[in-house]
Amino acid sequence: MTSLTLLEFARGPALWFALAVFVAGSAWRVIAILRLGTKPDLSEPRSNQLFAGAINGIYSRMIPHKEFRNWGKLGIYNGYMYHIGLALIVFGFLPHILFVGRLTGLSWPSLPGPLVYLAVGPTIVGLLVVLLERLTDPVLSLLSGLDDYFSWIVVFLPLVTGMGALSGWTSEPTMIIAPPYPLPIAFHLLSVELLLVWLPFGKLAHSFLVFLSRGVTGAALARKGAAL
Amino acid sequence: MATLTAVPTAFEQRARAVVASLATPDANKTRQEFIAQMGRDVSAQLDACVRCGQCADACHFYLVTRDPSYTPIHKLRPLIQTYQRERAPFSTIKRWLGLAPPEVTAEQLSEWSELLYDGCNMCGRCTLACPMGVDIAALVRRAREGMSAGGFAPPDHYKAAERALDSGSPIGVAWPALKRQIEIQEAETGLNIPVDVQGADYLVILSSIEIIAFPETIGALARIFNQAKVSWTIPSVGFEATNIGVQIGSRDIAATLVSRVVDAAERLKVKYVISPECGHAYSALRWEGPNLLGKPYPFKVVQIVELLDQLVKEGWLRTLGKDTRHLTFHDPCQLVRRGGITEAPGRLMDGISEHHTDMPSGREANFCCGGGGGVSAIHRAEKLRFAVFSLKKQQVEATGAEALVTACANCRNVLEEAIEQYGMTLPVLGLTELVAQYLDAEPDPGST
Repeated sequence: MTSLTLLEFARGPALWFALAVFVAGSAWRVIAILRLGTKPDLSEPRSNQLFAGAINGIYSRMIPHKEFRNWGKLGIYNGYMYHIGLALIVFGFLPHILFVGRLTGLSWPSLPGPLVYLAVGPTIVGLLVVLLERLTDPVLSLLSGLDDYFSWIVVFLPLVTGMGALSGWTSEPTMIIAPPYPLPIAFHLLSVELLLVWLPFGKLAHSFLVFLSRGVTGAALARKGAAL
Repeated sequence: MATLTAVPTAFEQRARAVVASLATPDANKTRQEFIAQMGRDVSAQLDACVRCGQCADACHFYLVTRDPSYTPIHKLRPLIQTYQRERAPFSTIKRWLGLAPPEVTAEQLSEWSELLYDGCNMCGRCTLACPMGVDIAALVRRAREGMSAGGFAPPDHYKAAERALDSGSPIGVAWPALKRQIEIQEAETGLNIPVDVQGADYLVILSSIEIIAFPETIGALARIFNQAKVSWTIPSVGFEATNIGVQIGSRDIAATLVSRVVDAAERLKVKYVISPECGHAYSALRWEGPNLLGKPYPFKVVQIVELLDQLVKEGWLRTLGKDTRHLTFHDPCQLVRRGGITEAPGRLMDGISEHHTDMPSGREANFCCGGGGGVSAIHRAEKLRFAVFSLKKQQVEATGAEALVTACANCRNVLEEAIEQYGMTLPVLGLTELVAQYLDAEPDPGST
């Protein structure tokens, strides 16, 4: 298999397989939870604004409760750093937008290249710190399992391969089809596809499950008039 | 065996089976009950944890001991393990592939009994800190359902549950004891304390601790309701407010105990039931009760602090003078953080105290007294309970207060014990009693 055929595989069957697993797996992860159903709460509510409570729950937990803001704990600030960094890179980098555009027809303005490049450093450092914390902090090492470490790897790999792929990327239409250095791009795509395939099955599904858990708790606490 | 009802209800029959499970612990029963707990909302939360460990820094058990085992989400490991094996999305595939976690064992459950009961007040501080919005305290309540069904709850809880099923009270306080306290309070206040009055507006129920350790509360209520012209009564049967069922984590025990209060309220045809100064009693009656019984109440539940606040606001209750000591208020977790009664205690304190200071980390972020969630009923947990009180001690000392006020008899009892243990000299006062102490004795000029 040549570099170019590997790239064609990564852009073709591998990509569609990964996307199919990602969509079907994510849908099932949510449906499997929702189909369990719940009994109606028969206690008299203090508030009926449950939807507002759910939305409040989703947004308010984006920032720690004021009691816990001064922890000075690295994990909190580091969490913001690599999550924001990943969002800037995934959704703000022009080649990613063009790639999504070719697949779906969707498009949005990109961020300036230097800003995205600048985001890569802190994101990688953030992910390394999170791994270090998991390995060394007594609480985190007690809680951590295979899912945590494998999920870390599948998030970290696209960053590393993405940096390698920068050398082979070009916005020239003809060069996009047959880039001069196809191997790094193929590796990058394959690493992203691994991420997509794994995402619905492990902890990375928190990227969408967060709305469910925060919403459920937000509504339940709002019903009691309790603090979020 | 003596029962409060002539024919034990289905709830009570199942409740007694739960109590009997202590003799023959069975991990299979626990696993089945864990699975039975896993509806949509529970699963949504069990699935969302990212194991960030932030809940550890909210938990007083972890903060004091620095033992990672006390990380709140870790206390739920048997429940999570069962979820991942039996109920989670893709769990069937994972079992086929040999990737599912193993079944929880009896040894594991015995080990976790200490973490889920002795080491958790279900205070909900971890819930407040979880960035994923996982209500860990509510999940601990769910996990305890499995633990108690399988015989893995603390023996002290089973014994308390048995006493509550037999006599109505977890410490065996029966009607003659309450009747005697009522008579004493009638003599002290010169007021009639109505018992079993049909058609009264409000039904007053009490916790055993109030009856035995703080009976002045009964006199305080009599004086308050006399001034506010509230029509009220105490039932001779079904007067116990505490509910060991929500602490051991058995819906059948909890339902049996709640049903006795509901029976009393229905028998006396009251409009309201007053939940007394007791945090978990409020949770049991106000939030869990209708769901345990499977039907809404034909009456409303009002917590005594809410009612006092309302009576003051509406002008039915007037106070005169204020306590001149420097006071601080300990927020009972199940009333303030978990129950939504956040501002009323502060307003009442404003009315009766010249100088009171909020604790650092007050209101919804308060630290538990250490005895909530049934911990105070576990003898083997005493040392740990006193250890975690050190955080509350720091908070109280930071205010410089000369006296501590609270609105939960269990908190009050636990605080008094811990204060004594630490050699402190700090009186602990009940909010209702304090309000009664500063009632304006003058008649309302507008009244006829």
